[in-house]
Amino acid sequence: MLILNCPYCGVDADETELAPGGEAHIKRFGPGSSDDDFEEYLFMRENPKGVHFERWRHANGCGKWFHAARCTVTLEVFGTYPAQTFEPPAELSAAISAKRPGWTWRTFS
Amino acid sequence: MKRYSAFAIAREAFRQHSGWDRAWANPEPKKKYDVIIVGAGGHGLATAYYLGRNFGITNVAILEKGWLGGGNTGRNTTIIRSNYLQDPSAALYEKARSLYETLSQDLNYNVMFSPRGVIMLAQTHHEVRGYQRTAHANALQGVKTEWIGPQRVKELCPIMNIDGPRYPVLGGLWQSRGGTARHDAVAWGYARACSDMGMHVIQQCEVTGVRRDGDKLVGVDTNKGAIDCDKMGIVVAGHSGHLAEMAGFRLPLESVALQALVSEPIKPCMDVVVMANTVHGYLSQSDKGEMVIGGGTDGFNNYTQRGSFHHVEETVRALIETFPMLSRLKMLRQWGGIVDVTGDRSPILSKTPVDGVFINCGWGTGGFKAIPGSGWAMAELMAKGESPLTDEFSMHRFREGQFIDESVAAGVAH
Ligand SMILES: Cc1cc2nc3c(=O)[nH]c(=O)nc-3n(C[C@H](O)[C@H](O)[C@H](O)COP(=O)(O)OP(=O)(O)OC[C@H]3O[C@@H](n4cnc5c(N)ncnc54)[C@H](O)[C@@H]3O)c2cc1C
Ligand SMILES: [Zn+2]
Repeated sequence: MLILNCPYCGVDADETELAPGGEAHIKRFGPGSSDDDFEEYLFMRENPKGVHFERWRHANGCGKWFHAARCTVTLEVFGTYPAQTFEPPAELSAAISAKRPGWTWRTFS
Repeated sequence: MKRYSAFAIAREAFRQHSGWDRAWANPEPKKKYDVIIVGAGGHGLATAYYLGRNFGITNVAILEKGWLGGGNTGRNTTIIRSNYLQDPSAALYEKARSLYETLSQDLNYNVMFSPRGVIMLAQTHHEVRGYQRTAHANALQGVKTEWIGPQRVKELCPIMNIDGPRYPVLGGLWQSRGGTARHDAVAWGYARACSDMGMHVIQQCEVTGVRRDGDKLVGVDTNKGAIDCDKMGIVVAGHSGHLAEMAGFRLPLESVALQALVSEPIKPCMDVVVMANTVHGYLSQSDKGEMVIGGGTDGFNNYTQRGSFHHVEETVRALIETFPMLSRLKMLRQWGGIVDVTGDRSPILSKTPVDGVFINCGWGTGGFKAIPGSGWAMAELMAKGESPLTDEFSMHRFREGQFIDESVAAGVAH
């Protein structure tokens, strides 16, 4: 059972309390964008075997959206952070590097 | 290869079963092959088999990081049907279903295909309209399905409660030639036939890198050393994104866990397959008597082959409303597989940006039924560079907006 700490209300919420929201930090493209940008935005997804960043909603709790950093191979949770940001906080990235040296993800923002 | 037959069983019975051959060889890899298939699940093995059978290409290695059929092929609930909505899907899945009809004879291996019939239950008015539409589409596609009323559903499956308070059964989409098959036997039968054609099925051989010269494929790196090849087929289901990354391109899919469970064995009580999409569950009875149950996928990316318990609970909770007798059963085992899901719930059978690399993936929650047809089409694509069955399943269809939207037909994981 996955347990994520909600960065807003501070509750350790278990999975049944949360709604998954898919890949984090997706850049949105509107009318007038190129086909490549639309394809990226709508369909291409990071699918890493390892470090991953996601959006979650504390649906049966305070209702807020937030971000989580997880490992898709071990299900270890590295940490959670608020929604109003384009990339994970520096301390979190450093903590992940300590545990998974050399990890990569797509470029943030 | 010595053929399996009733006569062979009798002959062996008289000599203490000392004369059986190994079903497949266990070779070390050569330096180079014409074709390498990555992944010895059903789709990879079937691709190799039809490369040999239909195109005479037999200098082929099938590399498997674990054991034969140990991926989703050995973890699924074995439902076979072809009642999809869109024409390209109907063509591919019906090709597969029709090949299943004679697969045991073709492979000389009993895959236990059991066309016992599949009902997809309509439990809301929305589903009634949806399935009636599918029945009409299937009639035009030449796929034999039929819309049936609640009384006929009850006749076909007496253990069902059709007047449940929340989700009464309003009818169903019935495919009488759908059913199940023995999943392991499908992998083993193809492996034996491939090995018999001189192909190398190499287990415990993990592909760890793809070597290229510019945009052209050179070969692969494995834990058993580097192996060169002219063409490569990536057929690794949940690990497709990972292999694509090695080859240097991206895919429009995500890998999530899908779970299934079986009950203790009981006497025969249900001789059809039932799928209940609204409540998200499906059910059949195995030859051993176990009730085989599956439900929906978990909601987040995962490579662990473990799922979340509450999905199992949700599936069972929903099913016991329609099948009250299940509430008395003990569940024996539960397991998970990693399935690769695309945006339109349809597979990808495609060339890739790397010359010589082909990909077969995105079967998600429902690719067991497609194994023979997928292998047939993929072999043609790899041998000739195109196939009428795969044309529309290109990995570029998303960019072009040419979806094959099966989120209704594949509304539940199966
Ligand atoms: C619980 C569950 C229930 C399902 N129920 C149904 C159903 O009722 N009906 C239906 O039609 N479908 C069903 N499916 C879906 C079906 O199982 C899959 O679509 C199908 O089996 C995929 O076959 P495959 O050959 O593509 O993949 P797999 O059988 O997963 O084979 C891929 C192989 O690639 C290997 N591999 C991965 N990475 C590497 C590497 N780097 N090097 C070498 N080898 C590698 C893996 O070890 C694996 O053996 C279900 C799936 C699950 C998990
Ligand atoms: Zn909260």
